[in-house]
Amino acid sequence: MNDVLSGFRDPEVARHIIEELHRVAVQPCKLMEVCGTHTMAIAKNGLRDVMPDTVKLLSGPGCPVCVTANAEIDLAIETGRQPGVILTTFGDMMKVPGSYSSLAREKADGRDVRIVYSPLDSLDIAEKNPDKHVVFLGVGFETTAPTVALTIREAARRGLENWSALSLHKTVPAALEALVNDPDVQINGFILPGHVSTIIGVEPYRFLAEEYGVPCVITGFEPVDVLQGVYMLAKQLADRRAEVEIAYKRAVMPEGNPSAVAAIEEVFEPGDAEWRGIGVIPGTGLTLREEFAHYDARKRVPCTPPEPREIKGCQCGDVLRGVVLPFECKLFGKGCTPEHPIGPCMVSSEGSCAAYYRYTDYGKA
Amino acid sequence: MCLAIPAKIIEQPENSPVAIVDILGVQRQVNVMMVPGSKVGDHVLVHAGFAIEIVSEEFAAETMEIIKEYGIPTEYEEVEVEGAEAS
Repeated sequence: MNDVLSGFRDPEVARHIIEELHRVAVQPCKLMEVCGTHTMAIAKNGLRDVMPDTVKLLSGPGCPVCVTANAEIDLAIETGRQPGVILTTFGDMMKVPGSYSSLAREKADGRDVRIVYSPLDSLDIAEKNPDKHVVFLGVGFETTAPTVALTIREAARRGLENWSALSLHKTVPAALEALVNDPDVQINGFILPGHVSTIIGVEPYRFLAEEYGVPCVITGFEPVDVLQGVYMLAKQLADRRAEVEIAYKRAVMPEGNPSAVAAIEEVFEPGDAEWRGIGVIPGTGLTLREEFAHYDARKRVPCTPPEPREIKGCQCGDVLRGVVLPFECKLFGKGCTPEHPIGPCMVSSEGSCAAYYRYTDYGKA
Repeated sequence: MCLAIPAKIIEQPENSPVAIVDILGVQRQVNVMMVPGSKVGDHVLVHAGFAIEIVSEEFAAETMEIIKEYGIPTEYEEVEVEGAEAS
């Protein structure tokens, strides 16, 4: 334990929490984190090594790029192949493989694919290229969706005729519900990220505790914070409580950001979305409302991608559900590395496999 | 990232949805429509060109430490803006 703790800012505090955790975690439990930064914190700080045998830490679908299904990436690629289209995207989507290609490969093949830092930048590209149609690829959870919603509103305000958004946005609470209902997984508690509540607040997660009896703790990102979150989950389980507790009080806005929520609700409505490894979860996607149809790329640039196919041997889907740990994937470190990634979990900077490859020795000779 | 990047507002023109912030030592334009009531001197969290929350200076500093620990997102390493290129 001393090796692990020596890098911590407060090794004595950490030691105390770990001792208490060992004391209360009498029953076996599986605790899932759903945020790439938590995955990295656990991997980098060797937190698995200080857990009691009863506590198993799982990584979940916390990376919006990773949970984008092949069929969705294929749709983005096919949209970018339509004549006169400039496809704009956040950088982290570029190298993610679809069934047959990736945006980076499309760009290398001469398609006009451009990385933007903000969706607003794609509006400027549309204004500078009046003879082209600019599509912005919207990927991300509730932290990103309002930025795209406000961009769509701004496009309408400017009266842009040659811009639309392809929404692949997903919402997290309903996906967590699907995981709780997944018989293969059996999650006993969730480690929730503090910043997620910046936008939607704490309320949308309460049903996990109140209807499903699954404890949740909103947890910070320092290793000591993560240990604290795990301890609080174990304590809830030992006490037979199920609540959404906030361990990271200074970060959390329990009520969320009303302007951001209002923007999402004005522009989007819930629709079906396909999650890699899980399948279609009704109501977890964000679809543009009818009044914004003019800015919906699915309507402005309709196209039919080829039949999707999964990459042989890739277990990203199982990793995202917490059924397989990253280093348990047969391709991890053999055939699938950050330099030669096979699936999105290794490609994405928030991906679980990328975190484990970077911060641990698993999979290395 | 689950973390948005801390920044400090250095200019806030009247009646404009855009502020100038100092983010990782670089000045950038950021849309502030999601943080009504924000003003010069405030620390905000920035994501995809938008300020999404006003935070304390302490919290901004803590968040910066964590971001440095896990790597500053690559989009902040390059200052080139795609929109400025000729097509």
